[in-house]
Amino acid sequence: MLDLAKYQSIGAALRDALDQFANEVCLIESDRERETERLTYREFRERGHALAKGLQDSDFSGGRTAASGQNPAAIIMTNQPKWLISAYAIFHCGGVLVPLDYKLTPDEHWQLLKHSGVSVLITEYPIWRQLAASNALEGSCVRTVLVTEAPADADLHGAERWEEFRGAGEPAFVARQRHDIACIVYSSGTGGRPKGCMITHENYLEQCVALTSLYPFWPGIRYLSILPTNHAIDFMVGFFGPFICGATVVHLRTLRPEYVREAFPKYKIAYVSLVPLVLKNLRKGLQARFDALPSRKRKLLNALVAINKVLTRGRPRPAISRLLLRQVHDAFGGDLRAIIVGGAFTEPQTLQFFYDLGIPVANGYGLTEAGTAITVNDLKPFRVGKPLPGMEVRIVNPDAEGVGEVAVRSKTVMAGYLNDAELTAEAIVDGWLMTGDLGRFDGDGHLQLFGRKKNMIVTEEGKNIYPEDIEKVFESLPVKEFCVFAANYIWPRRAMAGEQLVLVLHLEPGQSMTEDLRREINSRNQRLLNYKRIHGVVLWNEDFPRTASVKIKRNALAERLAQLERASAVQSL
Amino acid sequence: MRTLEQTTKEVLELASRHFNVQPGSLTPEDDFFKKLGIDSLQALELLTRLENHFGIELPDYEMQGVSDFRTLADRIQTRL
Repeated sequence: MLDLAKYQSIGAALRDALDQFANEVCLIESDRERETERLTYREFRERGHALAKGLQDSDFSGGRTAASGQNPAAIIMTNQPKWLISAYAIFHCGGVLVPLDYKLTPDEHWQLLKHSGVSVLITEYPIWRQLAASNALEGSCVRTVLVTEAPADADLHGAERWEEFRGAGEPAFVARQRHDIACIVYSSGTGGRPKGCMITHENYLEQCVALTSLYPFWPGIRYLSILPTNHAIDFMVGFFGPFICGATVVHLRTLRPEYVREAFPKYKIAYVSLVPLVLKNLRKGLQARFDALPSRKRKLLNALVAINKVLTRGRPRPAISRLLLRQVHDAFGGDLRAIIVGGAFTEPQTLQFFYDLGIPVANGYGLTEAGTAITVNDLKPFRVGKPLPGMEVRIVNPDAEGVGEVAVRSKTVMAGYLNDAELTAEAIVDGWLMTGDLGRFDGDGHLQLFGRKKNMIVTEEGKNIYPEDIEKVFESLPVKEFCVFAANYIWPRRAMAGEQLVLVLHLEPGQSMTEDLRREINSRNQRLLNYKRIHGVVLWNEDFPRTASVKIKRNALAERLAQLERASAVQSL
Repeated sequence: MRTLEQTTKEVLELASRHFNVQPGSLTPEDDFFKKLGIDSLQALELLTRLENHFGIELPDYEMQGVSDFRTLADRIQTRL
């Protein structure tokens, strides 16, 4: 592993890693049963440098935005080698990377591309086809579009082919300093108020040191990249972390469960990152297989699980677990060192299920705003573990039981939100990042989370939903006024799972909650993706408190609503 | 060779059978995530069923952003 303390930027560290591990395999791409690509670090370097030179020849380094002082380039791609090659080329040019979630809609993509002032967009042809159809290019700063995998006869709508976009000769390496912005990562906020976290080179370098101390990589060890690479976790443990250690990243072009399952034994996977929803599905699949065992075998399995639980009570002992529960571990390839789960809260029962089988699940607590992870667990499913090295975590304004807002100070905390000094000032107070999550420390220094203080929910798929962002679907609803809240924000509840959204309605004088109105709300609710849907309605008969510019004072309204009793106030739809 | 209309009809029939909704309740314009209330993993299941039915391969990345039955049927049609 490179000594990251000596480096100023991601680009410099990656450049040296490609030289140091030149003959090691860095990437494997598989499409169903076919292996479609296998690259050494040397081959990766050749491709990355050709792209970087192409970008420099097209004046990529020349474009600057007032926002970051540098030239942002966005990547919108599914997990594949070209994502990482493109990111490397951008960093080599000294550029700022804007990694966007490929699952967003074209409108959402354009909103964020415009917000970040992106000048270069690198994407896949099927995504570009939809982006181009929405005719938003002209109102943006995007000057160069590179598309991968475009069919030979495709209309590129002004884009260029990624595969052919290369310059001759060596690109110049453009140095950056630790405090410079490396990435703008959107933690949420499509719709209302985009939250572009400005993550510095130092943030990544420090986070990488902390994480690789717990989850080490080395040449030959393999990571399966499933979680989208724009996500902070995959970016760190599916790109930067393994690369600076000379390890291998495996990409699957299909995420059908049957091919994901096959990949574990086929590629001898050591690490994988998943969102809680996928982990839960994995558990369901395993449980179904256990349940289908003949009674005698099931009893034997249960007995072995019980022995494993006793022998691994204090800490994971993979060798013993593999010996006891060989078939289960073989299904994961026999080399699995940890499943890293992130993006959202994981149910303790799911964690316990895997712990019982001797499969370590690295469950932690993190926010994009604080890098990748703040704490990592200790095999106790009801706690999220101790702070990572270099993280200071404290509880602000604790109540009698010690529960208060979790605040974090470390070299991994972002520089701020792009173009939003007001939001930045609310989030970072005297150098401490206010997380908006409620927690407390156990006597032995482990963090336990209890709920959220902020008006948002996080789904099991790791999606942050801000109620403000989904209000537009209810615009012009025939009521006096309305507002959407996370129910836990109004009525704080000590739970991180099962969060719900509610629609607060203030009806016109004399108006009542008719079946027609209910139908109208239901029909609009159906237009939302299922994870964004509201769960119930709250009727309120006073004017909403508003600012001078007639914006709803959400905090004040929530305080008033809190006087209602939750169970009776929330009417189901 | 199927027409696009036939392909669309078969996609709708298969989706209603797979997710157990009333036959005829789905239309080509429907957003299958919203109408069926399914998540991304369930959508992948549907793709696998459609591949088996039509005897083709539908790469996941080509389906990115496709959320209505008509476009889905169109993508299938180009591969028949």
